[in-house]
Amino acid sequence: MTDTALASSALDPTTTGQTAPHGAPRLSVKDLRVHFAMPKRHLFATHRDYIKAVDGISFDLHPGETLGIVGESGCGKSTLGRAILRLIPATEGKIVWLGEDLLALGKSDMRRRRQDMQIIFQDPLASLNPRMTIGDIIAEPLKTFNPGMPASEVKAKVREWMAQVGLVPDMINRYPHEFSGGQCQRIGIARAMVLNPKLVICDEPVSALDVSIQSQIINLLMKLQREFDLSLVFISHDLSVVRHISHRIMVLYLGKLVEVAERDPLYDNPRHPYTQALISAVPLPDPDAERAKQRIVLTGDLPSPVSPPSGCYFRTRCPKATDRCAMEEPPLHQVGPGHRAACHYWDTPMPAPAAE
Amino acid sequence: MTEVPEAAAVGPPPAAAAERPTVLAVDGLNTRFDTPEGEVCAVNDVSFRVREGETVGIVGESGSGKSQVFMSVMGLLAANGRATGSVKFRDQEILGMPPQKLNRIRGAHMSMIFQDPMTSLNPYLTVSRQMTEVLVQHKGMGESDAEKRSVEMLDLVRIPEAKRRIRMYPHEFSGGMRQRVMIAIALLCQPDMLIADEPTTALDVTVQAQILELMHDLKTELNTAIVLITHDLGVIAGLSDRVLVMYAGNIVERGAVREIFYGPQHPYTEGLLKSMPRLTGTEQTELPSIPGQPPNLQHLPSGCNFRPRCAYAFDRCRVEEPAQRDIGPGRAKACHLDAL
Repeated sequence: MTDTALASSALDPTTTGQTAPHGAPRLSVKDLRVHFAMPKRHLFATHRDYIKAVDGISFDLHPGETLGIVGESGCGKSTLGRAILRLIPATEGKIVWLGEDLLALGKSDMRRRRQDMQIIFQDPLASLNPRMTIGDIIAEPLKTFNPGMPASEVKAKVREWMAQVGLVPDMINRYPHEFSGGQCQRIGIARAMVLNPKLVICDEPVSALDVSIQSQIINLLMKLQREFDLSLVFISHDLSVVRHISHRIMVLYLGKLVEVAERDPLYDNPRHPYTQALISAVPLPDPDAERAKQRIVLTGDLPSPVSPPSGCYFRTRCPKATDRCAMEEPPLHQVGPGHRAACHYWDTPMPAPAAE
Repeated sequence: MTEVPEAAAVGPPPAAAAERPTVLAVDGLNTRFDTPEGEVCAVNDVSFRVREGETVGIVGESGSGKSQVFMSVMGLLAANGRATGSVKFRDQEILGMPPQKLNRIRGAHMSMIFQDPMTSLNPYLTVSRQMTEVLVQHKGMGESDAEKRSVEMLDLVRIPEAKRRIRMYPHEFSGGMRQRVMIAIALLCQPDMLIADEPTTALDVTVQAQILELMHDLKTELNTAIVLITHDLGVIAGLSDRVLVMYAGNIVERGAVREIFYGPQHPYTEGLLKSMPRLTGTEQTELPSIPGQPPNLQHLPSGCNFRPRCAYAFDRCRVEEPAQRDIGPGRAKACHLDAL
């Protein structure tokens, strides 16, 4: 497609990786909804409950851009990632990829588009077939999409990608269990990259890894993004990791978008009370700062996604909540350039914590 | 990097801490596992003290042996594991103690909580049953007294409506609430020492913040010594007075929390701290990282275990395993380098 020309103009080669590129979006998700029907309560029940795992989410993703998606368990971040690739059927909405709605495509057309979009998973060992050699694992997408490719060419490509992701190409005939977690994640990345995709969805790619290995994988993903003008969707619950790798960040709560902004405004000046609480809850590896900081401790737990609260979903745990929040769902307010937050009171300061 | 910045003192000053009576004394602990591929040494000549009322943080990555040290202490090693050396709890040798005798100490005077609160609670029994059992066993309390005390304990860990919720089953609690129940059970007999093995790793950030806040309050209210085992340096920074850093079965560095974070003296500690992405700070495209992987415990490198990944390694590191040496009051490291 004409995407390459667009990409090179949109992405200044001197960009260090943290300023978001502009230009036409590669991926445009519009009002996406993924609802799961719950089992009927009894045999003759006429009513069914739905879990709205993703509930009306829209965003654009540009070439060379990383969109971070953060939120706690049950916020719908993984469902959203999978729904974009149609690994989970969407209930409603549009997923426009290079100008074409993926949800309108037939099975075989969709399959062809998948060359451009790949995914890497949290548990690196579980996502690799234990009976295949890593050479076969990395070659599988190639063989699937280019059945005519000569074996020698496949092998050369596999070895080239192994080197790219920091694996010794001579290990091509080994099996996944012979590798450590970090190396398995590298294999997963090589498998995702071997078709030269334009979009990679990273679903908690470093959460299962040790700290010293985590930074290696983050660096690798950022290097690949620079070299191949990749668009990344980076799903994680770790706010420090997301800050490091992302240009823009979306914060989800119970399937809804509560705040979206570029990296610095989101972390330096969060507007939604949930984002503020999330950021303040991250334990800092700095004893003085960690002990001095004022933490916003939320009361209670995540409400049940089957029967979410009325009005604003966050109001049951929100220090700012008023009667209005129970009645009226807050729209996404424009609170700054490219910065939107779904809170009636985004403009008022956080109330001081109640005295103990 | 060597200078520790002056600031409000965090935790008790080292001198005061040293005078407090010792709760746990571990000396020359070795833990080995027999595997089909041969013997694996998970803990290698580890010695340390835990004193009354202090919080000791143990940091390390998977396979560093940080959990196995305390599984050995608690007598909870897997069947193929053997621990040698000395573990004294209140001057009484407990390593190799028969389980019946050990049961009088663990649960009552020292207790442990684990990462996953769901698998540590019995799903078939109400919370009430699981709590009162501890008091009836260890304290010889009657059922009604035990229940009253249990409700008080649930109140202490801030479980709302404790009186009603004590009748519930574990699955009726959320993850954060289950971890509170576990902490309540562990504290029922007012133990001298609480061992928390990755207590917040399975929890969401906002729930983790609640549990950390709770542990912080309990620490000041109860004067229980806490051992905090975790890979999360942020959790360690917030709660610990002293820190032990473990790598491949060895303690590689120890010191007061501010010394460890502001003036690490072992290349591994320094590397760990540098490789953490931060919430604030200047632009950086590449995170500093420690190259390579943690060693396979069956094929440890010659000399220093960290040598293949160490940016400072020199000839001596290849041939001679560095012994732990004192580098200041309460401060030691296992590294041939004099200063970083």
